[in-house]
Amino acid sequence: MQDLSLHLMDIVQNSLKAGAVRILIEVRADTSINMLYITIEDNGHGMSAAMVESVTDPFVTTRTTRSVGLGIPLLKEHCELTGGKLELQSEEGKGTCLRASFGLYSIDRMPLGDISDTMTALVLSDPNVDYVVRFVCDDNEFELDWHDIRDQLADVPLNEPAVLEWIGENLAEKQHYIFGGVLNEITG
Amino acid sequence: MKSLAELEAIRQRAKADLAARTDGGRKVVVGMATCGIAAGARPVMNAMVEELRTRNVNDIAVTMTGCIGVCRLEPIVEVIEENGDKVTYVKMDATKAKRVVVEHLINGQICQDLTIGADEAEAKAKAKA
Repeated sequence: MQDLSLHLMDIVQNSLKAGAVRILIEVRADTSINMLYITIEDNGHGMSAAMVESVTDPFVTTRTTRSVGLGIPLLKEHCELTGGKLELQSEEGKGTCLRASFGLYSIDRMPLGDISDTMTALVLSDPNVDYVVRFVCDDNEFELDWHDIRDQLADVPLNEPAVLEWIGENLAEKQHYIFGGVLNEITG
Repeated sequence: MKSLAELEAIRQRAKADLAARTDGGRKVVVGMATCGIAAGARPVMNAMVEELRTRNVNDIAVTMTGCIGVCRLEPIVEVIEENGDKVTYVKMDATKAKRVVVEHLINGQICQDLTIGADEAEAKAKAKA
């Protein structure tokens, strides 16, 4: 994985496989403690306590094509390299919350990447899933809720090219606005 | 700054487009599991969508799937025709993706050199040499 938005894409696929229809994605930078947090909270079918324990083991996976699953182990590795950690909470029947933390200015922290590209690809693959995307940097905050988009669009599906383009441009602009000058890779 | 209010104009235009559109039944599937993403599947998918949009092709659905099973050949793109015929393209990138849109999806000429068959033939030839 070259950046955090690709990890995000990978982890959200787990939520989708768990049948989630509403997924919250938050990227939060806190400069007072120099940490970056990425939180993914879904309403999928959740995992047992035993599965939560074992899911960071690369030899545990739900996939059937092979017995190796690298998505979560890779992300955990990248968190820990920067002085952060990976936290997982899950309840069967309720959903799962994954929080990845990173040292904001660690040399080993991967760039954030384009959250907008990840989100447009996800909408394209299943336009019926609801997302909430939140960018927070200290006191600045932006939130885009798919409920609000659907309210405006009425019966037009979200995978319409013009809608996808709007979502992409909106998120790219806000990512730059919120994190510009704070994350090293995004100029102010 | 973008605002939700802009969606109203998009909605009106899209409604008119939707009414005029027919579903061609052709499908493009991009492998988007950990292996695909790490190999660069996201830019491939976005390049295909962008190229289709630029060329005003609205009757082909682009979607994603999990691991197709041959991770060493990712990013993988499958083109599935209405009759179920399937062409599998391997080791894709954004440039190749645009080529597939123009040559295969629009002009109906399969890009033979990018298919899994061509890749396997090449690997066999190398193994012999």
